[in-house]
Amino acid sequence: MGQATRNIANSFTTSGVITSSAVNNTSLGNITDLSAGGSLILLSEQTASASSSISFTSGIDSTYDEYWFIFNQCHPSNIGPNFDFHTSTNGGSSYGTTATSTFFVAYQGEGGASSALTYDTGNDEAQTTVGVTLGGSGYLNDESASGILKFYNPSSTTYVKHFISQMSVTHGNYTYECQNIFSAGYFNTTSAIDAVKFQFSAGNVDAGTIQMFGVK
Amino acid sequence: MGANTRGFANLLNTDGTFLSGAINNTSVSGITDLPTAAKSDLVPNIGYGLGNDSAMEHYHGARSGVGVFDGTYDAYCFTFTNVRPVTDNVEFQWGASTNNGSDYAVVKTTTVFDAGNNESDSNNFGYDTGADLTQSSSYCRIARNVSSDSDHGVCGELWIFDVASTTHVKHFYSVVSANDRLDREYKTFVAGYLNTTTAVNAVAFRFASGNLSTGNIRVYGLK
Repeated sequence: MGQATRNIANSFTTSGVITSSAVNNTSLGNITDLSAGGSLILLSEQTASASSSISFTSGIDSTYDEYWFIFNQCHPSNIGPNFDFHTSTNGGSSYGTTATSTFFVAYQGEGGASSALTYDTGNDEAQTTVGVTLGGSGYLNDESASGILKFYNPSSTTYVKHFISQMSVTHGNYTYECQNIFSAGYFNTTSAIDAVKFQFSAGNVDAGTIQMFGVK
Repeated sequence: MGANTRGFANLLNTDGTFLSGAINNTSVSGITDLPTAAKSDLVPNIGYGLGNDSAMEHYHGARSGVGVFDGTYDAYCFTFTNVRPVTDNVEFQWGASTNNGSDYAVVKTTTVFDAGNNESDSNNFGYDTGADLTQSSSYCRIARNVSSDSDHGVCGELWIFDVASTTHVKHFYSVVSANDRLDREYKTFVAGYLNTTTAVNAVAFRFASGNLSTGNIRVYGLK
């Protein structure tokens, strides 16, 4: 007991302030909320490794009105596939929620010869169940797709479910091209969406990380 | 030891909880990581649940002093979740004030473009010369032709930078996904600046006609 008292005393300065050695990461391990803290709550992070898809089948509920998904260097195994977003209303047992979306892209080749801003009718959706295209990527070793998806009020049983995404993509396969891709739309259901899945339209997600945040 | 004990005791409440002076920046200098749930740089300030309101006004001190809108943060983010109008086919818009909400007529210049696609796959994309503003005190578009259907609404965000500056104009941008009156999905991009070097201290959101029916608007500060 005497030792414990001395240890405790050594954790304070003579004026009673807690010293740096008295508080460490473990000390704060039970803190799950800070009143002065932020609003982006990291709920889950997954790293791809020759994965056919990356799914988030828990944590999507009424706790948060808005969810953010951060894509970091998602790299496909196959040449030039789309990077697609799928949703489920049954915990991931099946995917195929009807969606309508817009899709446009600004691109610039490394040689400077090919640049444009254009709507892409081949990658928007109109009441389809095939998933929503967020972007794509070349498959060479240094090519990938990174960006952010914001998904609104997925647990609502009143509203359709809106989303907004923007991705920066290296997509040229042999010519190298920078693409800035903008997609947005809604899943046309008033059922709660409780699971999402990301995958390339062909082959695997060879590498990359996807983080899911709740916005409180 | 006696001095330490007395100092320690003076930083405790009678119930044993620490007073604020017990832990300072030096105390926590050994912390290099926080639990996952405690991390973030986007600080929530206040949320407004909408219920047939003519407008939603946010100003410093709103809601019994809780609202923050001054130089505390360099950037403010307003998020919209399923904001729905009472009246069909109306523009969702915002205005800024330098006089604590007496009026929302700060002059602004903006750009507007959008991409639309309907459920029959008819799409359009382009700059909207009818919606941009040039040195105008009018309210600024956020979303066009918003539908009042019960399952529709506006979702997205508006960022405003350096609102308290007395040197610079105040830049902003918004991006939203919304349903229009013809079941068309519209992703709308607006950017511009409030052309004033006076501090902006209030903003208001409204539909061009009719009330805000339902939805949420939340305010965050970026630290």
